[in-house]
Amino acid sequence: MTVTEPSKTAVDLVTLTIDGIEVSVPKGTLLIRAAEELGIAIPRFCDHPLLAPAGACRQCLVEVAMPDREGNVRPMPKPQASCTMTATPGMVVKTQLTSPVSEKAQRGVMELLLINHPLDCPVCDKGGECPLQNQALANGQGESRFTEVKRTFPKPIRISTQVLLDRERCILCQRCTRFSKEIAGDPFIDLQMRGAHQQIGTFSPGVLDFHVDLPYPVVRTSEELEPTVESQTQGSTKDESRGASHDHVTGTYAADGIATRGEAMLDESGQPFASYFSGNTIQICPVGALTGAAYRFRARPFDLVSSKGVCEHCAGGCALRVDHRRGKVARRLAAEDSAVNEEWNCDKGRWAFTWSTGADRLTHPLVRDPETGELEPVSWPYALEVAAKGLLKAREAGGVGVLPGGRLTVGDAYAYAKFARVVLRTNDIDFRSRAHSAEEEAFLSHAVAGTGLGVTYAALEAAPSVLLAGLEAEEEAASVFLRLRKSVLKGSKKVYSIAPWASRGLIKLSGSLLQTVPGQEATALGSAAAAEAVAEPGSIILLGPRLTESPGAYQAALALAASSGARLAWVPRRAGERGAVEAGALPGLLPGGRPVSDPAARVDMAAAWDVESLPSQPGRDATRIVDAAAAGVLAGLLVGGVDPDDMPDPAAARAALETASFVVSLEVRASAVTAYADVVLPVAPPAEKGGTYLNWEGRHREFPQALTSDALSDGEVLDSLASEVGVWIGLRGELSGTAELASLGRWEGAKADRPEHHTVPVAGTTVLSTWSMLLDRGRLQDGEPYLAGTAHRAVARMSPATAAQLGVQKGISSNVTVFNDRGEITLPLALTPMPDGVVWLPSNSPGSPVRSKLAAGNGDAVSVRLAGDQLMGA
Amino acid sequence: MADHNSNETSSDGGGWLSAFAPIAGFGVTFATMFTKVVTEQYPEQKVPTAPRFHGRHQLNRHPDGLEKCIGCELCAWACPADAIFVEGADNTEEDRFSPGERYGRVYQINYLRCILCGLCIEACPTRALTMTNEYEQLKGSTRAGLIFEKQDLLAPVLGGMIPAPHPMVPGTTEQDYYQGKVTQSVSEQQEWVDARHGEDEKAGKVESVKGGDR
Ligand code: SF4
Ligand code: SF4
Ligand code: FES
Repeated sequence: MTVTEPSKTAVDLVTLTIDGIEVSVPKGTLLIRAAEELGIAIPRFCDHPLLAPAGACRQCLVEVAMPDREGNVRPMPKPQASCTMTATPGMVVKTQLTSPVSEKAQRGVMELLLINHPLDCPVCDKGGECPLQNQALANGQGESRFTEVKRTFPKPIRISTQVLLDRERCILCQRCTRFSKEIAGDPFIDLQMRGAHQQIGTFSPGVLDFHVDLPYPVVRTSEELEPTVESQTQGSTKDESRGASHDHVTGTYAADGIATRGEAMLDESGQPFASYFSGNTIQICPVGALTGAAYRFRARPFDLVSSKGVCEHCAGGCALRVDHRRGKVARRLAAEDSAVNEEWNCDKGRWAFTWSTGADRLTHPLVRDPETGELEPVSWPYALEVAAKGLLKAREAGGVGVLPGGRLTVGDAYAYAKFARVVLRTNDIDFRSRAHSAEEEAFLSHAVAGTGLGVTYAALEAAPSVLLAGLEAEEEAASVFLRLRKSVLKGSKKVYSIAPWASRGLIKLSGSLLQTVPGQEATALGSAAAAEAVAEPGSIILLGPRLTESPGAYQAALALAASSGARLAWVPRRAGERGAVEAGALPGLLPGGRPVSDPAARVDMAAAWDVESLPSQPGRDATRIVDAAAAGVLAGLLVGGVDPDDMPDPAAARAALETASFVVSLEVRASAVTAYADVVLPVAPPAEKGGTYLNWEGRHREFPQALTSDALSDGEVLDSLASEVGVWIGLRGELSGTAELASLGRWEGAKADRPEHHTVPVAGTTVLSTWSMLLDRGRLQDGEPYLAGTAHRAVARMSPATAAQLGVQKGISSNVTVFNDRGEITLPLALTPMPDGVVWLPSNSPGSPVRSKLAAGNGDAVSVRLAGDQLMGA
Repeated sequence: MADHNSNETSSDGGGWLSAFAPIAGFGVTFATMFTKVVTEQYPEQKVPTAPRFHGRHQLNRHPDGLEKCIGCELCAWACPADAIFVEGADNTEEDRFSPGERYGRVYQINYLRCILCGLCIEACPTRALTMTNEYEQLKGSTRAGLIFEKQDLLAPVLGGMIPAPHPMVPGTTEQDYYQGKVTQSVSEQQEWVDARHGEDEKAGKVESVKGGDR
């Protein structure tokens, strides 16, 4: 267990005696931790090193004696909870090991805790890894004197589509409620009732009488609507079913073919419980009171083989424990890594892992039959032969563009970068299968590539103020959000956000909004308010994914950093992006931050790769690769894990795939690219290969292969493909790409130039603002209906004034249609304090696929009209 | 070392009796000829096993036909030979196999591994798993044939039972089942099964079974 107290350099030590052993610990250390230092384990339930002490379960009672004013050591009259008492000089503590009093006290507490515990371990998911089971065996009394009938509750209650609560098993330790309040900031459950009826429950008006009183309405007229959806609790008590019955604002995504099960209940603020961090409560519940729907009755701990993992979703790089049974991942837990995610992760990282095991998983190489035009399963040697021949032909006929995608491990991204330069002899490679700009690339080359470990989580925690520029931390980098919130709650930290409106995440960070119209971020970054925000030394500016669509923003951020002395960090959205920058999967960058434009850097790399020379012509970025392929200039495309719908213009991307005469696709599952591919080569998902992600900090997050599998990583496939072409790129082993990249070292020569400023385009009628929600339609969340059920409901947001202009009437919930010449999106309207003339849509939520419907992004002009009066619940 | 020593002692400690050693064995043979024969003429004559003989396992049913197995995997945990594989699942209103929340969806015993020690039946919290005196089925020439699935292990459907899935006896709880308050299936359960049977037939699924002997 971690000792929570930060080890300062000059700590005051206090010396005390525990079980006759003298020990010196930093002032403020809890007795239970001081005992841990000596290797003495005091039984406990509610105590958690990352949560504030509560003293709720009383399992950790010990005998304590303290010196009085005269210095005589006086025993305290009753045993004390060691998890709430701090060590003081001269204290004499006797744990269960030396004191019959504390031993008896602990046994008594255990007996009490077990009085109403159902002892249904055989049907409980926690059985086998349950602190209550273990400590009942170790410190319990074996027999109970309680002969009466146990208190029972109907079970289980579904408090979200993912989280099930069994109140009989709960020992009221309040770890879950403390986590939700202290760490996640989503207080969705709390203690209620008294005495034997005390229980953890959801916030239902019937019990707690809360008011639906939000900073902004989730649904404009939710008070006026009749209850439409009945409570989904399974046999909840009368009070609760009454309370939950007005549950019409829950995220039920029957739309878009995503099936969910059950409905979420409301939290204390009347919002549906859709905490992004609810899975952690399941993990820290010391009994089986909170269990997950997805893992329900799936396995026992002894069935499971645990491997280390790293989350493949966002750039946070959270450590995971991957538990698998018979070659299938059964569940994932947050692993402890104090430098990164501490002991937490988000629900996406925990539950979104079924995507790689669906029916569309590719198992064999496919080659398009020239006669029938159908993809046929073939052998690896044949597929490689066809792919190699086709790529060579395309290389001679105009060139091949490479789109590796942003989800690769460092080694795989490096293999793409090397393959493009050495085999395809081109710089036409760009991992950014999303909105991007030349300015962004210049910024990445100048300030990110080859910089190594920069701003860290610890630095974020310590910084006096953090400016989020175009970053919604809770949605786009959940572990960053948790770390920020931790330090915000500790005290003086200030968070500022450059965004059009204050998201729930920002409110939970007690942040200040620097309200900005999308596209004007550069102006905001150059403003006096921004300068003031980061004026304190040690401040940090985090640059989010939206800035790439905001002309001049990177330059303004660099200028702000230079003038204020604040440190900059780039927080991309995908796990592989930072690694791809480092690996050189950009048109203007070679591995290790070496600029293509620098002849010395090219010579350096050519020598390392053992080739005559490297292509000197600057490459095309993703948009230009797409355009060139659509125009027939580029004859071939080599595509990794790319969803055309993520590209800035999905229609253009599809057209390019269609037009290109030869397309090779490396994919885990059949995707939109598969339909256009001439050769499809299956590759391994993260659980079936080892590798390293580089998280936003620039920290290497290495993970081993969890499942036995004969699937090959992208790097290994590219290596075989290169051999087929007749070029040896030497990237056969799992980590050889990472190792080779590390051996190259960083570029010590001149950096790429700073990004140039671009003029701000004139905004249209309404400016679109958009970012991705944590849980949305992403392909990496497929196949997990329980998780999809906790996604936030998609709404469009506008300021009241803008909405009034459209003719939205007071008191009537309305749907609005956002449209342009490409298409339209209709969503319920939520009035939000934000700049006039701006409409916000979630980027890729059910019912709101902004890219594929509108081909528009942040800061683009769109039109809005009223879609007719409709009830939102319908 | 030890072998070496013992060889030496045996060659040393002979004496005149050692002259008879080569035929002493025949004496044993000769004496045995006049004792009672223990050889059984299996399979021509089958002798009943001892009543507590550890034979093939059986997954028992409640008196109304619901299964007793709750899929807790305690048997698999107890098994020293790692012969048992269990996977639990959630009972739903449409598909109820056991009283309570959980049932054993997959249940396999690998008789190539099983040493018939009976630790699993001791571990079973619901007396779902017991052992029969049956041993003749535990032979076979294929590996797959010796991995017994749930349907191979389930107890026969006796009179008064309806094979799962079906609802619990109306008005009863899980506890009532364990306290022996449910003694046989009731007409509501049969009606439910019949209704379900009708639906399945409409949907073109396989026929379901009526209560009674197998
Ligand atoms: S549900 Fe679990 S974590 Fe929450 S109070 Fe009960 S025992 Fe503690
Ligand atoms: S009888 Fe023994 S070896 Fe056979 S399954 Fe049971 S526990 Fe395992
Ligand atoms: S661990 Fe100390 S009171 Fe719960």
